[in-house]
Amino acid sequence: MKPFAYIRPREVEGAVSAAQSNRSSFIAGGTGVVDLLQTTTEKHELLIDLNSLSLNSIEVTPNSIIIGALVRNSEIMAHAAIQEHCSAISEALSYSATPQIRNMATASGNLLQRTRCTYFRNPEFDCNKRVPGSGCPAIDGYNREHAILGGSSACIAVHPSDMAVAMVALDAKVHIQGVNSNRTIPVAELHCLPEDTPERETVLELGDLITAIEIPISPLGKGSRYFKMPMAGFSLASVALSWNVENNTIKDVRIGLGGVATKPWRSHAAEAVLRGAYLEETTFNSAAAAAVQNAVIQQYNSFKVELMQRTLVFALKTMAESETGG
Amino acid sequence: MQIQGKDTLIQGVTEISLTVNGTRHNLQVEPRVTLLDALREVLGLTGTKKGCAHAQCGACTVLVNGQRILSCMTFAMMHIEDEITTIEGLARGDELHPLQQAFIECDAFQCGYCTPGQIVSGVGLMAEGHTNSELEIQLFMSGNTCRCGAYPHIVQAINKVVKER
Repeated sequence: MKPFAYIRPREVEGAVSAAQSNRSSFIAGGTGVVDLLQTTTEKHELLIDLNSLSLNSIEVTPNSIIIGALVRNSEIMAHAAIQEHCSAISEALSYSATPQIRNMATASGNLLQRTRCTYFRNPEFDCNKRVPGSGCPAIDGYNREHAILGGSSACIAVHPSDMAVAMVALDAKVHIQGVNSNRTIPVAELHCLPEDTPERETVLELGDLITAIEIPISPLGKGSRYFKMPMAGFSLASVALSWNVENNTIKDVRIGLGGVATKPWRSHAAEAVLRGAYLEETTFNSAAAAAVQNAVIQQYNSFKVELMQRTLVFALKTMAESETGG
Repeated sequence: MQIQGKDTLIQGVTEISLTVNGTRHNLQVEPRVTLLDALREVLGLTGTKKGCAHAQCGACTVLVNGQRILSCMTFAMMHIEDEITTIEGLARGDELHPLQQAFIECDAFQCGYCTPGQIVSGVGLMAEGHTNSELEIQLFMSGNTCRCGAYPHIVQAINKVVKER
């Protein structure tokens, strides 16, 4: 590991003003940054330790749940209000990583975790994300884990977060503190598609710090679920599903897909098929087909097209059975 | 490099103090020294093991303020205000921690390399309370790999302590 300097600011402003160089990085839980430094996938001259900032509480208001950026994944998973109002998030975390990692990893660190693409994480290989313009060996290489949705000719790396998939399905937002201003954007707009610039993974600018994640409290979030294949380890295909069903008709629905896309994926195409439809298997199959209609497959990941559809149909059938008491 | 305010920029070898198993130690480390390396290489507490150094095996598990974490995925410098407990801190003199004793009685290890991490993780697990069934213990011990495959006895040892408490 290359040497770096270290600072532990006590205020958000100090953290933001310390981060005015692209050779610096924030660190909090460490489970992402330390590994990237050890493999020299990332090199930083300055680490800014956020652990003294007061961003580690969960606030429940009448309209939303506001999770401080530094709240640990295990605390989010176990929080009573999150289990009640946005259960998909809690369930997604229960299938994520390991208990030790969940005790360390933070809310914002989970959103900003970097891809597990083995070419990205091994500096012996070219990688457009790590060295822009150097090429993508995954496209002609071993790409079983790679994306079928949202990829480009420059990058097909999967975004690995389960929690983020549940959050895009539940219309969560991130609060961002910048140098001169703060703003709030949907989690769905936080990550960028790789396109020609896979090195740019989020819309965050230099110094921008996520201070909190806000999840609206709505009837949709209640009873929401997360289905993951496989249940342990990184997802190959997963579904965050929340809906509002009356008289066997889907009034409203949100679907997030994980393990198959270059960013936490909201499937508006599958939602459109389901919205207003009756709970029946033919509709579920059509929704699953819509979810993967624009899939682009590689040599070793074509199985994800089938796995993603089956996982989504399984999720829909399971939720439908609990609606109808079947 | 200009840093505002009273936050101190630390570069190169710096003296810090760490509280490990109730004892405060002064040590000289660079910011890039992981907590695991500080414990093993600087303080000589070699009970905590380096298995993969990539957050995958759990051999380096320690308790920080009572919570189990991976000491390979954090820097020593980040823990100057924390209470750290390692496998060496579980026994009281010659009296083993109940989970250490149960590991012996249940034959919960073979080569022993993962054992300190398993035991510390188990102590963290019991404090979390995810021990209502053998299945729950299995799920919540998923962060600790045993290449000898002693898993059934490890679960049995934890369950034994939970039931006898």
